[in-house]
Amino acid sequence: MQAYRLLLLSGLHQLRKFTVDDHLVSIENLCFDYGGKPVLRGIDMHIPKGRVVAIMGGSGCGKTTLLRLIGGQLRPTSGQVKVAGEEVSALGLAELYALRRRMGMLFQFGALFTDLSVFDNVAFPLREHTDLPESMIRDLVLMKLQAVGLRGARDLMPSALSGGMARRVALARAVALDPALILYDEPFTGLDPISLGVIGHLIRRLNDALGATSIMVTHDVHESMQMVDYIYFISAGTIVAEGTPDEIRASRDPFVDQFVQAKADGPVPYHFPAPNIAADFGLTMDTGALA
Amino acid sequence: MTRFLHSFMDFLRLLGHETVNRVWRLGYGSRFFFAVLFRSGASLTRGRLILREIWFSGVLSLIIILISGLFVGLVLGLQGYEILQRFGSAGALGTMVALSLLRELGPVVAALLFASRAGSAITAEIGLMKATEQLKAMDMMAVDPVARVVAPRFWGGVISMPFLAALFSTMGIFGGWLIGVVFIGVDDGIFWSSMQASVDFRHDVWNGILKSFVFGVAVSQIAVFEGFDSEPTAEGVSRAITRTVVTSALAILALDFVLTSFMFRGIS
Ligand SMILES: Nc1ncnc2c1ncn2[C@@H]1O[C@H](COP(=O)(O)OP(=O)(O)O)[C@@H](O)[C@H]1O
Ligand SMILES: [Mg+2]
Repeated sequence: MQAYRLLLLSGLHQLRKFTVDDHLVSIENLCFDYGGKPVLRGIDMHIPKGRVVAIMGGSGCGKTTLLRLIGGQLRPTSGQVKVAGEEVSALGLAELYALRRRMGMLFQFGALFTDLSVFDNVAFPLREHTDLPESMIRDLVLMKLQAVGLRGARDLMPSALSGGMARRVALARAVALDPALILYDEPFTGLDPISLGVIGHLIRRLNDALGATSIMVTHDVHESMQMVDYIYFISAGTIVAEGTPDEIRASRDPFVDQFVQAKADGPVPYHFPAPNIAADFGLTMDTGALA
Repeated sequence: MTRFLHSFMDFLRLLGHETVNRVWRLGYGSRFFFAVLFRSGASLTRGRLILREIWFSGVLSLIIILISGLFVGLVLGLQGYEILQRFGSAGALGTMVALSLLRELGPVVAALLFASRAGSAITAEIGLMKATEQLKAMDMMAVDPVARVVAPRFWGGVISMPFLAALFSTMGIFGGWLIGVVFIGVDDGIFWSSMQASVDFRHDVWNGILKSFVFGVAVSQIAVFEGFDSEPTAEGVSRAITRTVVTSALAILALDFVLTSFMFRGIS
């Protein structure tokens, strides 16, 4: 019981610390490139505590990169990322790990530990970071599994899970330590419509129940519109549109229009940059007919 | 002529690039080695982590080590007897079998087997954990993958290796005895007493253990490094496994020459 109370108190303490700055995550003029290839060019975001925020954009536009910058796994080329008032890239390893203990991240493909059972996967962060007795770890793990509806699957190995179940186990593991900030990398990709709705609900419910803040990277417009508080659209490394779901629906922005209506061509070109088509096919004359 | 010059320049460039790459990788590997040592604290105090790895790399290698040791001993018994009896000294069979196993064959062959049985498994495991983002996920959970995944596997290998080499030699001596004494009929007492008289504990046994310890460090280090450094794709992991086996074999044989030349030069 004592340990429970300590856990609770430390949780409260962390929350109070976060309220010092009312933006849990502040990103200013963030630029990043992979070995000279620019991916993000000047991103600004301010995410208040308690919100669920979606970041949308096409594949390869740098969404995962952005999450990894927030989590401190990559260093910005310029600009800064602040989480709970601390500049992430300025932290030493120990401080960074202290910050990450208050973050949970759901990876695109779950990233469950394949040599551990469902139970041990969810127990992993608890065992690594707390000295709780095994009986209490068992209670906490079963509570988390109950929340994602998989209490009965505790003894399965990850290889025996379907995609949706694996995602839910990963979600339970991500929130095992009751994080203040949860990052989701494409939580909806590759799920059937039922699992998709289930995960969407879970993300919202967990966020509100834990009093956490969630950042969700996705390209599923319709599912996210129903459950998030705010949406950013990223294209070509910058934010091209942002707003609440209602504002987004009412938006006349051509980019938002293309994305929401799923049009093949628009501000985001359908074609990857390519040499002139006539030259490529070896045609030297009559190019007018092909263009 | 200019064409020749161009391809020659290309060749030089490639050579330089390869050399720089190799040197860079060697430096990176050494830094990694020290990182593993410095971050071993947590796993050394959590014995269960290392015990698990001793189980996987040590205990599960037992069968191949014991069987190979027995066969190597059988062959040594046959060949040794055949050669020694030409000089009328078949009584020295025990000495010959024991010395060749303790000094050379035990540590070297056991390490080669260990590299292909356990080293490749370690590389595959770490490489796949990397390819499926398990290491990144662990890092995001504020758990250092070098301390939690790499260090226990490294120490598990380092601890297992000398025991495996010792068991290999023991089985080999048993095999030599089986052929020499039981089948061929060398005198039992002479077999053992000649062995006892000529095997020196510090000079032969201890040096053999030292060798297998060095090989254990080398193989384990190569295996964890190749896994950790592998390209995170199916192809990348398979290439890393090949590199583990090849590099380990070369390292074992080269180190064996260096160690032997220090340990046994010109004595007795
Ligand atoms: N490790 C890497 N090295 C070089 N380029 C990378 C690396 N990871 C991603 N990229 C490139 O950066 C861009 C953004 O990648 P990512 O953030 O994974 O996109 P998203 O998650 O939005 O699909 C892509 O064009 C990708 O090719
Ligand atoms: Mg991605």
